[in-house]
Amino acid sequence: MGSYLVRRFLLMVLTLFGMSVLIFVMLRLVPGNIADILVDASGADPKEKARIAHELGIDRPIAEQYVSWIGGLSRGDLGFAYVSERPAIEEIAPRIPISAKLAGMAIFFAVLLGVPFGVISAVKQNSSLDYFLRVISLSGLSLPSFWLGLLVLMASVQWFGTIPIYDSNPHGFLQDVAMLSLPAAVVGFRSSALIMRLTRSSMLEVLRQDYVRTARSKGASNASVNYDHALRNALLPVVTIIGIEAAFLVGGLIVTETVFNIPGVARFLVEAILWRDYPIVQNLVMLIAFVVVMVNFLVDMAYMALDPRIKFGD
Amino acid sequence: MRMRLAILAASCAAFVTGASPVLAQKAGGTLRISHRDNPPSASIHEESTISVNQPFMAVFNNLVFFDPNEKVNSPDKIVPELAESWSYNPDQTQLTFKLRQGVKWHDGKPFTSADVKCTWDSLAGHTPDDKSLIRKNPRKLWYSNLKEVKTNGDFEVTFVLGRPQPSFLTMLAGGYSPVYACHVPDRVMRSKPIGTGPFKVVDFKRNESIKLVKNPDYWRKGRPYLDAIDWKIVPNRSTRLLGFQSGEFDMTFDSDVTFPLLKDVKANKADAVCEARPTNVSSNLLVNRDKEPFNNADIRRAMVLALDNKAFHDILSQGHDLDGAVMLPPPDGFWGMPKEMLPTLPGHAPDIEKSRAEARELMKKAGYGPDKPLKIKIATRNIAIYRDPAVILIDQLKQIYIEGELEPIDTTVWYTKLARGDYQVGMNLTGVGIDDPDVNFYENYYSTSDRNYTRYKNEKVDKLIDAQSAELDREKRKKMVWEIEKILADDVARPIIGYNVANTCWDPKVKGILLQVNSIYNGWRLEDAWLDK
Repeated sequence: MGSYLVRRFLLMVLTLFGMSVLIFVMLRLVPGNIADILVDASGADPKEKARIAHELGIDRPIAEQYVSWIGGLSRGDLGFAYVSERPAIEEIAPRIPISAKLAGMAIFFAVLLGVPFGVISAVKQNSSLDYFLRVISLSGLSLPSFWLGLLVLMASVQWFGTIPIYDSNPHGFLQDVAMLSLPAAVVGFRSSALIMRLTRSSMLEVLRQDYVRTARSKGASNASVNYDHALRNALLPVVTIIGIEAAFLVGGLIVTETVFNIPGVARFLVEAILWRDYPIVQNLVMLIAFVVVMVNFLVDMAYMALDPRIKFGD
Repeated sequence: MRMRLAILAASCAAFVTGASPVLAQKAGGTLRISHRDNPPSASIHEESTISVNQPFMAVFNNLVFFDPNEKVNSPDKIVPELAESWSYNPDQTQLTFKLRQGVKWHDGKPFTSADVKCTWDSLAGHTPDDKSLIRKNPRKLWYSNLKEVKTNGDFEVTFVLGRPQPSFLTMLAGGYSPVYACHVPDRVMRSKPIGTGPFKVVDFKRNESIKLVKNPDYWRKGRPYLDAIDWKIVPNRSTRLLGFQSGEFDMTFDSDVTFPLLKDVKANKADAVCEARPTNVSSNLLVNRDKEPFNNADIRRAMVLALDNKAFHDILSQGHDLDGAVMLPPPDGFWGMPKEMLPTLPGHAPDIEKSRAEARELMKKAGYGPDKPLKIKIATRNIAIYRDPAVILIDQLKQIYIEGELEPIDTTVWYTKLARGDYQVGMNLTGVGIDDPDVNFYENYYSTSDRNYTRYKNEKVDKLIDAQSAELDREKRKKMVWEIEKILADDVARPIIGYNVANTCWDPKVKGILLQVNSIYNGWRLEDAWLDK
């Protein structure tokens, strides 16, 4: 196990290094840089571009820029944001908890609904309840987040005369949760639908296994069969999909943070890409890459906990 | 007699209803306004967008200002601000301002003539880069006639011009001409600017909000009325407008409510006060005359003859947009050519079918026809207000054997592409900071301007632009302006499709707002705004 963890750690470092090179090069392949944008968008004299490019250091050789970035990153110095001209860490750090809370609540919401409803749907296969839950899950997969978000906001105005506008200084934990719960539900709805469908199909497969029949013939209760015997074995693919969904949640967050006007990481990343704000984009994408790598690792660890037959070792 | 009585009655009613709110102005409260996007910075002198002007104008003062009580920005309605008075020398080449005394910057330092000199030395490019108050200078062209700024003591300053230029004072009166402080570095001005204005910046959080609070030491006693202004940055328009309808915001962003959206706003908030006005932002056709086959004047002329401006206006703004030439048309515009002159310009004739028949003949002459259409790409910025007219343009050009393909360009590289001439045909929107011929002509049509995106070069027009700029007789100058407008239209320099008209809405409790009709970039000092609650 120890050597597996070491190998895994080295692989993670290698993956992150590869990502850093990829991000760095790809960003510079996109046409236009911050100096072009700043000068051309405002209609200023094109001669001013060179001065701004020099001031920001983007006229240096690309390898030198890369070494400077990675060197800084290893010391915890993320550089200066081009647009705000503040240390990148000061721009990024306050936004991480906002998106982390939103993502956490979305995944919590998705698992809370997806797993139990998936189990119920499988156990009550072909009943009206099953059909109803399947329609709900299909709608979750087919409704785009931005549309659902706007619908929620419109309904909120129509029925309650208000909308949940983000407040950076919430009055306590409850207001914080209340403020983020609607957007989290919108992001989590799609994931919950996916989890529900996968739980259902996985459960159906397990419920047809011999050992389940054996458990029933031994007189085990329905609850015991469904939850103790079947669910644990059905959860393996579900955990995989939860991991993938958690890793790819950023896509959903971009839309939701925009519609609900939440100043999180995802919306900020899009804005930074549009402005070619390299220090922000590079560091944020690296952060996301790190989260994805870690989630993958945790999912693998969860396999071991769920199925003792799985061993990672020499 | 009946008419006189009616006028008397109306005057009495206006006095009773109009005068009473003036007496009832209340101090205090926070005005909450939605903002459409992230301002690139807070430094007005470095940017060219209403996203910066609207929130940050309240932080500054100008030397002179367009009278905030007048709807039309006009050279006849300029009032003093940090200047107390001004005068010209006999040959109109020296403009001297006596400055207000006792004015303080938000950090407590005194305002003096040195600040005025610093600001305009930087703007005119007379300061070395490392000493400049700005990093980039989009309006350097405005001050190309400014030779020197001289101070005479702490409270008098003289602008020395190369030749008489009546527009110079007008340019100083716009929202793009605040006075900056010598002692504040450009980086600070971009993030948390210091001004002398009615409000101070507390916080500018990118992607989130801009918070301004009342300046208690404001030189104009009794102003501002508001305690604070909160701008919330909400990039999604649907969310912004829903926020206004639900009472989260007291006011929408300037011109944020299009006519199709106005119905929704009114349906959910019947008491909303909504005012439509021209934005002095024109939709215009860019034809790159350096690229084949658009170096052929016949093809350029055919394209403009194919335009049905009314169809654009009907589809885009339910018929509210204005037809005009290079300058915003009267009565909202101060300089635009009279309405009766417009039909004489190509692209504005009432008989569209006749114009298109002529256009088809020109296309045939150039070798194109129904069996051999001209295939082109029509580039535009990838946002709805640009894309929508571009789609209509594609449809209209089909009538004259031109098959256009939409090429949506990412916002951030749109201006880069235009500046490099990296396009064939484009649909563009052009905002004019001040309704003034010098501002518009020099920026967009002068042969040496970087923003002359169509690469239009006409020595005669350059000379005429210079001549009108120096002309002191207003009526004579107007006629020169109209002549230039006509030449630019005949030469298809940058055909104007229409002037946008859009709505700004606010809650009825917001008082003291007066929207000026010939530029959205001015009039946002907000020192007279107050909340009736």
